[in-house]
Amino acid sequence: MNHHHDGPIGEAELECWVAQVRGGQLLRRDFIQRLAALGIAAPLGGLMLMNAGVANAQTAFNYKPTKRGGGGTLRLLYWQGPTLLNPHFATGTKDQEGCAIFYEALARWDTDGNLVPVLAVEIPSRENGGLAPDGKWVLWKLKKGVTWHDGKPFTADDVVFNYQYAIDPATAAVTAGVYSDLKVEKVDSHTIRVVFDKPAPFWPGIYSSSQLIPKHIFAPFSGAKSREAPANLKPVGTGPYKFVDFKPGDMVRASINTGYHQANKPHFDAVEMKGGGDAVSAARAVLQTGEYDYAWNLLVEDEVLKRMEAGGKGRVDFAAGGSVEAIYLNCTDPNTEIDGERASAKSKHPLFSDPAVRKAMGLLIDRAAIQEFIYGRTGVATANFVNNPARFRSPNMKFEFSVDKANALLDGAGWKRGSNGIREKDGKKLKLLFQTSTNTARQKVQAIVKQACSKAGIELELKAVQGSVFFSSDMANPDTYGKFWADIQMYNVTQGRPDPERHMQRFASWEIAQKANKWLGSNLVRWRSDEFDKAFRDSEAELDPVKRAALYIRMNDLVCGDGHVIPLLYRPAVNGLANKLMAPLSGWGTDMGSLSDWYKEA
Amino acid sequence: MGTSPWAEAWRRFRRHKMALFSLGLLTAIVLLVILGPVVWRVAIDEIDFAARLARPSWAHPMGTDDLGQDIFARVLYGGRISLAVGLVAMMMAIFVGVLIGAIAGMSRGWVDTALMWLTDLFLSLPQLPLLLLVIYLFRDGLKARFGPEVGVFILIVMVIGCFSWMPVARLVRAQFFSLREKEFVEAARALGASTPRIVVRHILPNSLGPVIVAGTIDVAAAIIAESTLSFLGLGFPPDIPTWGRILFDSKDYLDIAPHWALFPGLAIFLTVLTINFIGDGLRDALDPRKVM
Amino acid sequence: MGPYLMRRILIALPSLLGISAVLFTVLALAPGDPFEELATNPNVPAEVRVMLRAKFGLDDPIWQRYFHWLMAMMQGDWGYSFISRVDVDQLILQRVPVTLAVIGASQVVALLIALPIGIISAVKPYSWFDRIFSTLALVGFSLPTFFSGLLLILLFSITLGWLPFVYRADISATGWEWWWLHLKQSLMPVMVLGLFQAASWMRYVRSAVLDVIKLDFVTTARSKGLKERVVIMKHVVRNALTPVVTLVALRMPAVFGGAIVTEQIFRIPGIGSLLIDAILRNDTPVIMGVTFVFSCLVILFNLIADLLYGWLDPRISFR
Repeated sequence: MNHHHDGPIGEAELECWVAQVRGGQLLRRDFIQRLAALGIAAPLGGLMLMNAGVANAQTAFNYKPTKRGGGGTLRLLYWQGPTLLNPHFATGTKDQEGCAIFYEALARWDTDGNLVPVLAVEIPSRENGGLAPDGKWVLWKLKKGVTWHDGKPFTADDVVFNYQYAIDPATAAVTAGVYSDLKVEKVDSHTIRVVFDKPAPFWPGIYSSSQLIPKHIFAPFSGAKSREAPANLKPVGTGPYKFVDFKPGDMVRASINTGYHQANKPHFDAVEMKGGGDAVSAARAVLQTGEYDYAWNLLVEDEVLKRMEAGGKGRVDFAAGGSVEAIYLNCTDPNTEIDGERASAKSKHPLFSDPAVRKAMGLLIDRAAIQEFIYGRTGVATANFVNNPARFRSPNMKFEFSVDKANALLDGAGWKRGSNGIREKDGKKLKLLFQTSTNTARQKVQAIVKQACSKAGIELELKAVQGSVFFSSDMANPDTYGKFWADIQMYNVTQGRPDPERHMQRFASWEIAQKANKWLGSNLVRWRSDEFDKAFRDSEAELDPVKRAALYIRMNDLVCGDGHVIPLLYRPAVNGLANKLMAPLSGWGTDMGSLSDWYKEA
Repeated sequence: MGTSPWAEAWRRFRRHKMALFSLGLLTAIVLLVILGPVVWRVAIDEIDFAARLARPSWAHPMGTDDLGQDIFARVLYGGRISLAVGLVAMMMAIFVGVLIGAIAGMSRGWVDTALMWLTDLFLSLPQLPLLLLVIYLFRDGLKARFGPEVGVFILIVMVIGCFSWMPVARLVRAQFFSLREKEFVEAARALGASTPRIVVRHILPNSLGPVIVAGTIDVAAAIIAESTLSFLGLGFPPDIPTWGRILFDSKDYLDIAPHWALFPGLAIFLTVLTINFIGDGLRDALDPRKVM
Repeated sequence: MGPYLMRRILIALPSLLGISAVLFTVLALAPGDPFEELATNPNVPAEVRVMLRAKFGLDDPIWQRYFHWLMAMMQGDWGYSFISRVDVDQLILQRVPVTLAVIGASQVVALLIALPIGIISAVKPYSWFDRIFSTLALVGFSLPTFFSGLLLILLFSITLGWLPFVYRADISATGWEWWWLHLKQSLMPVMVLGLFQAASWMRYVRSAVLDVIKLDFVTTARSKGLKERVVIMKHVVRNALTPVVTLVALRMPAVFGGAIVTEQIFRIPGIGSLLIDAILRNDTPVIMGVTFVFSCLVILFNLIADLLYGWLDPRISFR
């Protein structure tokens, strides 16, 4: 098993760092960055600090306006328009963004990993009696005096309702997974208790940042009738803006909520969210013509972005999040059928089972060039699952690009070049199929990798599959990433939500995607390691955040060290902002989640 | 009359100067893309970051793109596919369109109605789902039969052709309706000419007008359609630099590196131009009423 | 013409049914998944996706789904979108005004440009007028709309800053200002589409007029001493209009289908973008709704064209 660093960072080092933050010798922000370099998400870091009694830091964001309203209309451009406005049915980020204008959650994560209360009075902790010592429950106190847009009060009944609504199978809510393994109980009109089936290491879970819908409006439409609720298209929430108009796929309009529960907020009088088009023109609309104030998720080459910024009308904002673009080498054989199944977990890949081949592939990926010439600021090269700031780069965590070394490795392992320059051994040729979704940047990465491979005697055939097909769960489709009927594939994985557990679950052996589970398992690369499985099980039960973080680091190293998973870049959330617009964007939640705090300087 | 109708047509064609010149130019383009990669040895996928987005120079006559790849080499290489797709798809569309339009135009009653139903059906079909379906159904079979490149080529040409024949069919049918009542047809009929002979010798040459226009438009449309397919992941693999694909890749850099878009656009334009004039010449050559 | 008309109308209904059946089958068989976005979301359990598929009947046999749809359609229920749960007819109606305004206007502009220029080019073939406009036309349809649209945006929005390029369907202004704002934002998309269309139509008009102008009856008319303008307008054009009518009739339904690329670039919320979004996300009810209306229009306009042939050229008989 290859390790990429000497002296693995473990529990002891983490404890030390936490103590340093508490003692003031280490800045909270730097601590979070170090964790990020090791593959630990900021919220988990925040949790570690919370647990150690380190108070939430004042965030760097300064909300200046001293009165409510007066900011005019805020124009937002999303290059996919929301298609419905019920957070429990949101099928993608854009829907959640649309909902977040109107609905709020108990709390939200800011970019530094602080959990900021929104509808809760304060964040539960051991000190205020909110956290059970045995990790079995959490007590949340709700803000008093909060009203829904129609004037009715927000109470604990609403929170409990959301829980019941989501777990009801007849509702078929996509948020069902958020509330599994826990129960939400009412304690009094403004207090709820969240009880976990098993002691939960990461107690904020996802439910704490999930948007809440009103009981009095949705109760008549529970279960099978849930999709008929008119409020699905005319939201009534507690958020900073009230509903005005909605055209699915095109436009959402909202106006200021004068009864909003935070003083002096929000700043704008109206909000318009427009959808459609592509990312490049969205960037132009903010950075070059100033028609819009904000453009979401600019998946545009940095070169192009820089030129646009030169116009001086806007800037590009990079918010650290948990998105990793990686290349996966199939552990199974996509070209052989076993029991009628290709890429079956029972098979082994004929070429990648040789560690020399895997190591060579890793050496043939020029991350530096990919970062510099394709992704720029929108992607930071990495060897682990995340960001690798220069100050803390451990020598063995460095990724390497060397065609010569790759050649030497393959020569040494017995792969001789054939007549056409392609290496072969025991009658097997190094010819591989590399697939990914259609996307300009991805195609360029494919081209770069192909060229490097051809210099080492490996021939790559490139394939690009349309996004809606590649990422689909259609059983009949041969080109999905779930089926992985190719040798290599590349795509982006979002850490989804603050808890790294789901992220790591992608490599657990019981999640292997196969015919039996309709290829819906999340372990698409079909990787298997007993050591990893054990570490994962341990982490599920481990309550001490520091010990848990150490386990994650270990799991991270196991995965990346084996060579089947080759992380490429850490991708922050990239958004375009007009120059005068101030917004505390965070990569750990929706952008609209912080909408109440947005303002424009005069 | 001693000369055959073909020799006669060729003689008349030669008189049309623009057409002759265009024929020469088109032949030159075709030869260039076939032989070019043999003569111009620069690789199409040599990635050289130091030379990215370079203006045209001796080393790179058409400049380089954002990965530093030589555009001239790519235009030559991609030209084979673009020209082949453009020409073959166009000919397929014309052939099928003329056939169906002629049969519908000559017959009345049920045959016409049935054929028009078929035309309406194809006109109503949403292209994308059908494309996805056809490609998934036939891609592997064709690949196995004909090899990966030829297989994909056949698939794309069939698919593009299938969506282009309808306007031609309707236009030809409309022409036939008006022409079959004209005097010279009556005259031919009075002389005892059979229907097929009338169609081929008299009506068809006179209905070529819109067909020729459709042909030139279809070539451009086919080249662009292939790039749309490629953009959606359904056409040729993304690293094959067809002209439409190069145009598409260059669009975000229009203000930074206009040369990148200029050359493939020029290539498409020249192809269309030459076909247009050849078409003009063809029409004049085959027009029985025109004196040359 | 009467019996012909009757026959065509009688055929229209079964042919529409036939088309809808084929459409439905194609859609059902085409790969893709309406809930694919859930696939990439780690928080959505697999069971929910399976449940959603079952709920919308996605796993029923095709013929069963077709009949459900057909029965519903006949009762006026167009179904609702898988993705947004909005009624399909509502979705379509929301977008009709914008589509008609922008796409419709562009077809009118195209016609207004193509007819005169095509006629003049044919009357004076190979003159400088003809050569310039023919070349412009060839350039016009060699360039895909995404390209020309982008060029216009670069010029008018970014460099000159005269025109906005993101289309907003609801502008909160009144009176003259409303019209002015709408004009500014519609100008580029209408020109992009209109010019692209005009380019090809120009060629057809020119070719058709050339064909007619050399016929005997024109010489006759001229020799009768009629003024050239009258000859052209009354005799030549009317006879040359057959292919033009065909083309316009072919394009009319496309107004409804919208112009997908142009709508994308300028973010126009027309039916074209509705359709392409639905297609990319396998939202079958919406696709069926839109393509059904589309096929009705195709059949309708082709019928109108067939009838117009008879009116334009009285010798065309319909048996």
